[in-house]
Amino acid sequence: MSIEFRMPALGADMEHGILTEWKIAPGDVVKRGDVVAVIETQKGAIDVEIFDSGKVEKLVAEPGARVPVGGVLALLEGEAQAGAAPPLSAPASIAPLPAATLPASVAVSKGPRRKISPAARARAQALKLDLDTVIATGPNGTLTLQDIETAAKKLKPAASAGGMREVIAAAMARSKREIPHYYLSLMIDYSAARAWLDAHNAKVPVTARVLPVVPLLKAIALAAQQIDGFNGYYIESQYQPAAAVHLGVAVAQRRGGLMTPAILDAQNKSLDELMQALSDLVSRTRSGHLRASELAAGTLTVTSLGEESVDAVFPIIYPPQVAIIGAGTIAPRAWPIDGRIESRTTVQLSLAADHRVSDGRAGARFLGRIRDLLQTPEKL
Amino acid sequence: MNAAAQSAKTTYREALREALRDALRADPRVFLMGEDVGRYGGCYAVSKGLLAEFGEERIRDTPLSEGAFVGAGIGAALGGMRPVVEIMTCNFSLLALDQIVNNAATLCHMSGGQFNVPVVIRMATGAGRQLAAQHSHSFEGWYAHIPGLRIVAPATLDDARGMLSAALRSPDPVLIFEHIFLYNMEGELAGHWRSCELQGAAVRREGADVSLLTYGASLYKCLEAAEALSRAGISAEVLDLRSLRPLDDAGIMASVRKTHRALIVDEGWRSGGLSAEITTRIVEQAFYDLDAPVARICTAETPIPYPMHLEQAALPQTATIVTAAKELCGK
Repeated sequence: MSIEFRMPALGADMEHGILTEWKIAPGDVVKRGDVVAVIETQKGAIDVEIFDSGKVEKLVAEPGARVPVGGVLALLEGEAQAGAAPPLSAPASIAPLPAATLPASVAVSKGPRRKISPAARARAQALKLDLDTVIATGPNGTLTLQDIETAAKKLKPAASAGGMREVIAAAMARSKREIPHYYLSLMIDYSAARAWLDAHNAKVPVTARVLPVVPLLKAIALAAQQIDGFNGYYIESQYQPAAAVHLGVAVAQRRGGLMTPAILDAQNKSLDELMQALSDLVSRTRSGHLRASELAAGTLTVTSLGEESVDAVFPIIYPPQVAIIGAGTIAPRAWPIDGRIESRTTVQLSLAADHRVSDGRAGARFLGRIRDLLQTPEKL
Repeated sequence: MNAAAQSAKTTYREALREALRDALRADPRVFLMGEDVGRYGGCYAVSKGLLAEFGEERIRDTPLSEGAFVGAGIGAALGGMRPVVEIMTCNFSLLALDQIVNNAATLCHMSGGQFNVPVVIRMATGAGRQLAAQHSHSFEGWYAHIPGLRIVAPATLDDARGMLSAALRSPDPVLIFEHIFLYNMEGELAGHWRSCELQGAAVRREGADVSLLTYGASLYKCLEAAEALSRAGISAEVLDLRSLRPLDDAGIMASVRKTHRALIVDEGWRSGGLSAEITTRIVEQAFYDLDAPVARICTAETPIPYPMHLEQAALPQTATIVTAAKELCGK
């Protein structure tokens, strides 16, 4: 892009000047303020400075030429500088205009500011509603109280866990009313299972790690198949044993409430498959995407409050199931071995079972079988 | 004596007259003074018959000089009387502005409380009768700017009947603005004029969607507008300000907090006027209750036109109030 170096007005009444001498040649690199020519005016010869920087492309005016003010003297390649023509008497250096810079706070813009009425804002805050999720339908695109009310109504069903609490209440009340519960508890040495888990988890990526509760789930599923009376439904005064073990797992929800979706055919799944099924169920429970079959299918339920640090759980059977197993914290405890006291990883299992279907002996065998299976975790 | 006084059916004019008669009878210090109030019976016939009833000492015709007779009234008030000074219209009050603003409004303050000026100044106000630019002003909002004055605008029959005696009870100057269109208004007194307060706004119609804040003759345009709005599904509350100085902040905010939308209807001009003052107070005190910007309908920013169609176009009208209220409500 060529910059034109034009004849400056070196006096208020100057109309033309004579280019006496060039001090530059094509190809020279000049910078702003360099003296590039001598120009003769009525007031005498004046050294003229150039106010652009660049490489001289072409000297347009010949020495001796009479050029009117504003006429092109030479052409430069380079960037034109913002600035005024130099004054007559004392060609002062003109400070270049500062480049426009946006202050940092202005540069970050999130788009046009939304019009939200003060009353709407106040209401949204009171309802803990995120304004970004509300559609504005007021005049001139304003977000008004009406819009907040509309948004709040839409949220209501999902927001409250009230309905769920009622469902749980009804089920638990029925259970306690109808099912004669008996309770057994057994402290189990979980060290073998723990050791196996640690070894397994060390060899696999984090995403494939198996949670401590998983071997327990497998052991329960296997034991439930091997010992009658704990896997099935009690319907119309009759026990209907189930062939497969669809193991219900109690999952707490963020907003309160509990769901017990089932891992289908738990007895056939490997520990890794059980782990996958478990995480999948937990995440879909929490995001509200469970299938009806998973909710209705459980034949036996396990509830573990391990993270809550209780020793034992005394659970309530989910009708029409006939048993439920609770597991307390998996923790190191004092354990007598060969006359010594050692610290072993242990867990207290508890069984609540329907006395119409099974009795304490069977229950004890059931818990015992789970314990035994857990001593050889590699076979699970 | 006067059958009209006994029955509740009356006109605004008659209510004012009865109020004067009550005051003249109740207190010998009260007298009426102004141009044409005696022999002529008052420019708007408010004092018709009073000269015959009360005599020249109590009903005094004054020379054609507002500055002189308003000053005389202020002097009489300072001297212990209770004058009711009638300025024919607020347009002529400009000639007595110095008396009102620099004497009546300030003497209590400037005397350190030694002198009160218990003068009541009544003036006709408003436009709509093609009296052209110099005779169609609404200065009540302008006067409401002055500390030391009380400004009231009775809009209903009961307020016309009761505000004068409330004003006479005040130890300070009270300016009463009577809209020219109200003099002929007919109706029945409800009876609460007997306990009329000089300040405080009144809800003339309850509503939930928008507050129409107004005073004087505009009240009736707002009530008409509210009726039309209710047919359009908008419930408008109409608040009669009654006292423009002091304004009833609590009353105004209570209404705005309920409806979340405010529309001010003021026959004065908008720039630096009463509507601007009310808007600012709402912003100061009820900002977080607003669901829409405060809106206002005022007289167009021109001297009041003379030809009827232009005068009507300049003044607030029921139709423009309805349109503005609908816009506020997003309809």
